[in-house]
Amino acid sequence: MKIVNLFILLAFFFLMIYASAGLPDRGNNRARMNQEKSLAGSPNAPSYYIHYAERDTHTPNMVTVILADYRGYDTLGEETVILTAGLICFLILRKKKKQR
Amino acid sequence: MTRHQDNPIVILISRLLSPFIMLFALYVIFHGHYSPGGGFQGGTMLAASILLIRLSMGSEIAQLQFKRSWGTRLGSTGVLIYFATGLFAMLMGGTFLNYRFLSLSKLPEYSRSYGILLVEIGVGLAVMGILVAIYDDLLEGDPDD
Repeated sequence: MKIVNLFILLAFFFLMIYASAGLPDRGNNRARMNQEKSLAGSPNAPSYYIHYAERDTHTPNMVTVILADYRGYDTLGEETVILTAGLICFLILRKKKKQR
Repeated sequence: MTRHQDNPIVILISRLLSPFIMLFALYVIFHGHYSPGGGFQGGTMLAASILLIRLSMGSEIAQLQFKRSWGTRLGSTGVLIYFATGLFAMLMGGTFLNYRFLSLSKLPEYSRSYGILLVEIGVGLAVMGILVAIYDDLLEGDPDD
C-alpha cells in the first residue's frame, strides 16, 4: 500500500512540474493577467490598483492598501488561521491540572 | 552545559537590545502606510523582542514582563479589534470592513487610511500574542527552561 502511495505522489509531483511549464513567466507583459484590460474589455484588477489605490485611501504603499482594504476579508481569514494555530498549540501542549 | 542565566554578558546585551527591537517593531507597524511593513512583520518583531528576554533570563523572570496567560488573550484581542473595526463600519451604515463609513475623518479617503491603521494594530497584537503563546506552550513543563 505504501508503494502505491509513493507512486501516486510521484505522479502528482511530475504532473505539477509539467503544468507549471505552461504558465507565463513572472513579469511577462504579454500575459493575459498583466494586460491593461481583461478579455471582456473591463480593466484588470492590478491596473485598477495601480491607478486608484492612492486616490482611494491616501496611502502611498499599495501593498498595504491591497492587503488591508481591498482584500480585507482575506487578511481577517489569515489572522483567524494564526489564532486557530495558537489555540490548537494551547489545547495539545498545555498540561492539564492533575485531579487526584 | 552551563546555565544561561548565569552569563552576565548575554543578559546585559539582550536587555539592551530588546527595547530597540520593540521600538523598531512599532515603527514598522505604524509606518506601514509609507514603507514596507505592516501588522504581520511588526508583530513578529514584537514577539522576537519578548522571546529574547525569555531566552536569556529564563521563563520565570520573564513572567514579570509578559505573563504566560497573556498570549492567547492578546491574540484574541487582536482578532476582536479587526472584527470590531469591520462590524463598526457595518453598524455605521456601510458594508463589512468598508472603512469609508467609519467616519474617523471628514474626508472618506483619510477615514480609510485610519481604518487600515486600526486593522494593522489588531493584526500586530494578534501575531505577537500567538507567537509568544506558542513558545510558552512548547516549554510547558520543562524544568530547565
